[in-house]
Amino acid sequence: MSIRIPPVAARGLALGLPALPTVLAVATTVLLFSVFLWAREIPVLEAGALIYQGAFGSTFSWENTLLRAAPLMLTALCVALPARAGLIIIGGEGALVLGGLAAAVTPLWLPALPASLMWVAMAAAAMAMGGFWIGLSGWMRQRRGVNETIGSLLLSYIALAVFRHLVEGPLRDPASLNKPSTAPLPDAYSVGVISDTFYVHWGLVAGVVVCALAHVLVRHSVSGFAFSIVGGNVRAARMIGLPVNRLVLVTCVLGGAAAGLAGMFEVAAVQGSANAALIAGYGTSGILVAFAARHNPLAIIVCAILLGGVEASGSLLQRRLGLPDATTLILEGVLFVNLLAWEALNGRVLHWRIHWRERGRTPAEGVVQHG
Amino acid sequence: MRALSLETLSAGKSYGHFRALDGVSLKVRAGTVHALLGENGAGKSTLVKGLVGYDPLDSGSILVSDRERQIRAPREAHALGIGMVYQHFTVAPGLSVAENLVLSRDDPPLRIRWKAERERLRAFMDEMPFQLDPDRPVSGLAAGEKQKLEILKQLYLQRRFIILDEPTSVLTPQEADEVLGLMRGLAHAGEVSVLMITHKFREVTAFADDVTVLRKGAMVGSCAVADTTVEALSGWMMGRAPTHNTVVERPPVNEKVEPCLRVTDMVAHNDKGVEAVHRVSLSVRPGEIVGIAGISGNGQKELTEVLLGQRQAESGSVFINGRPYHGRREEMLREKVHSLPEEPLRNACIGTMSVAENLALRQFDQPALCRWGWWINRAAIDKQAGERIERFQVSPADPARPIQTLSGGNVQRVVLARELTEEVAVLIVSNPVFGLDFASVAMIHQRLLEARNRGAGVLLLSEDLDELLELADRILVIHDGHISYQTRAAEANRVELGRHMAGVEAEAC
Repeated sequence: MSIRIPPVAARGLALGLPALPTVLAVATTVLLFSVFLWAREIPVLEAGALIYQGAFGSTFSWENTLLRAAPLMLTALCVALPARAGLIIIGGEGALVLGGLAAAVTPLWLPALPASLMWVAMAAAAMAMGGFWIGLSGWMRQRRGVNETIGSLLLSYIALAVFRHLVEGPLRDPASLNKPSTAPLPDAYSVGVISDTFYVHWGLVAGVVVCALAHVLVRHSVSGFAFSIVGGNVRAARMIGLPVNRLVLVTCVLGGAAAGLAGMFEVAAVQGSANAALIAGYGTSGILVAFAARHNPLAIIVCAILLGGVEASGSLLQRRLGLPDATTLILEGVLFVNLLAWEALNGRVLHWRIHWRERGRTPAEGVVQHG
Repeated sequence: MRALSLETLSAGKSYGHFRALDGVSLKVRAGTVHALLGENGAGKSTLVKGLVGYDPLDSGSILVSDRERQIRAPREAHALGIGMVYQHFTVAPGLSVAENLVLSRDDPPLRIRWKAERERLRAFMDEMPFQLDPDRPVSGLAAGEKQKLEILKQLYLQRRFIILDEPTSVLTPQEADEVLGLMRGLAHAGEVSVLMITHKFREVTAFADDVTVLRKGAMVGSCAVADTTVEALSGWMMGRAPTHNTVVERPPVNEKVEPCLRVTDMVAHNDKGVEAVHRVSLSVRPGEIVGIAGISGNGQKELTEVLLGQRQAESGSVFINGRPYHGRREEMLREKVHSLPEEPLRNACIGTMSVAENLALRQFDQPALCRWGWWINRAAIDKQAGERIERFQVSPADPARPIQTLSGGNVQRVVLARELTEEVAVLIVSNPVFGLDFASVAMIHQRLLEARNRGAGVLLLSEDLDELLELADRILVIHDGHISYQTRAAEANRVELGRHMAGVEAEAC
């Protein structure tokens, strides 16, 4: 090829390339979803405008979007952290729900405490519960050879069943009549909104902070480096003496703890008690967010906001165009399939990256290249 | 004569900008064994892949029995009677000899009439110079027998020109001699012509009629084996005198010092849970290279994996410098245990990570490469990588490149740079030069000897007897998971070692 490209542009191309599969996946998803709408004789452009409006069109829609994005950031970490060590964990829903339950019962079992201490205790309980639950999948994989994807999915179903049993049985507040719940959280302990003009709870801040911490952990810390060695090649990790089983377990526990924390905020800031409304699919959507972000914690923040927006626009689509509630689910499903399909491009991307990176070099720092 | 002659006229092939093969004209006379010699990357595989149609040539022509032919796909090569035996077996181990033969046909019938096929096979076997029972399961065949099956397959398919790709790399010296002797017999009887890729001069002088040498994609020379010498051939191959003549001095092993590596009664299972290493005990002293010889699949892989920490031993123990050793990171750092496993990309590197990161695998959690005990210092990693890349001549010299995009020799250089730069007390090495070119082999061997002379105890597991005879101070033979024989390398006898590698002694008693 003899196209002249300035080195700076080539370097930029090399940097941006990892996002290419995701960008292409979004493009094909938009195309396929448009075909779907068109087949149902729905004005495509109008639907697109409505999705934008429902997601980011007003302060209210921004609030709605960010409210949904907050738990998604944390449940996405439940996929992304174990993914660093080479695991595909899809049981975040179970960890979120059990974490929420643990947070809901903590104030009932502890003496009265200042709110900030109680929040710490609730968060600790939720994270311990979530970490235990996902840690179980990691333990079963390393010790018993159980596939972690299937293991975590099945454990998630068990978690949901246990949750329902406890909320409708032993832990049910007798006062909750047609919506079985645990005893409501005292008002003093409920987590408030960031400001009166910006009606989003503090879970959003927690989500962003935890994602930033996760970024430092995986990109800059010794442990993060060890995780990626295990995820990249277990045999090499063993050869350099890394405690593979322990590292895998740690990523699972951290991921589960993040999902558990999401459950705590759902209880303390949204629901006010643990009840079936906690099973809202945040754990499942978190998988999609993590894959769209290619398990990069900073990209998770962006992807969680985008997906939160899509989910937030569902009710507007329903009201204005008479589309069923499941429409946004279809959109998410199509996106997920496309993300996985475009993953196949990764090998090529690697080669292009090297190519553009070398073009981005000035001749002075050029690479010695032979055979 | 049924054998084919084959000739290429200025055959060429490019991959992108890289000219892998350039103007090679080769003539294989009908009914002869023709050896194709060359370093790795000399273009031998490119040439034969073109001849069998797996990766057709881009220029030049092919003459089969003096008629110009196009070979664009394996089917076309097969139709002409050209076949290839690959370095690694391409037989289905779960099936019988007869089933393997029938299934190898390009046009197997929709319904196989086994009775008729068996009759035909029996008649075919009777005409062959060597036989295999058609009903035997292939999983029960020894390596030499599998290689014979590969050759029988070619004859059964009526191939009249057979290409052998390093046919003896998985055989004992005795098996190798037998198989190559058979091929030469068939060729001289006018049944087939043979083109044999090899890097063993002994096989060329003992079995080939003609020899052609390739270097860097071009033909360097071609002549009758009788008219040349090993020195002349290696000169053609290397473009200069072989480098391993510059022998590193080797001080004698101090027999009085305590061994730095001691393995006692080790038992280990293979992936299927079958015992692969049976109560193996051995010891290595500082400043000594102990070689373990054996045909592949006799427990070396499992033994290495246990020593590297990649596999759990069932029982037995390992001591390093007198202390029990479990392959933990602290122990490796404290006792200075390093290793060069075989297939470095699979065992010692993370393919998707950069060269710099791969160079940092041993030290990334040490003060030199991280701050405050937890923050990875990328600048220090890159600096270290730059120095090591230069010292070990890794090419391309780009620390940020993913290591899986480097050639095999350069991957091994990266691993060497990582494992041998720091002080080494114990070094565990397994087939370190497998598939590498001469220049890399010479460099690696020299580095191993240097490590030994600096006082490292080296355990060298290798399937290449020549390598062991050149490097080791003592040689142990492993057969069927047992250490069956042990000798000083200086007193070692190739035939004796071969007999133990094949397990002849074990069967006798």
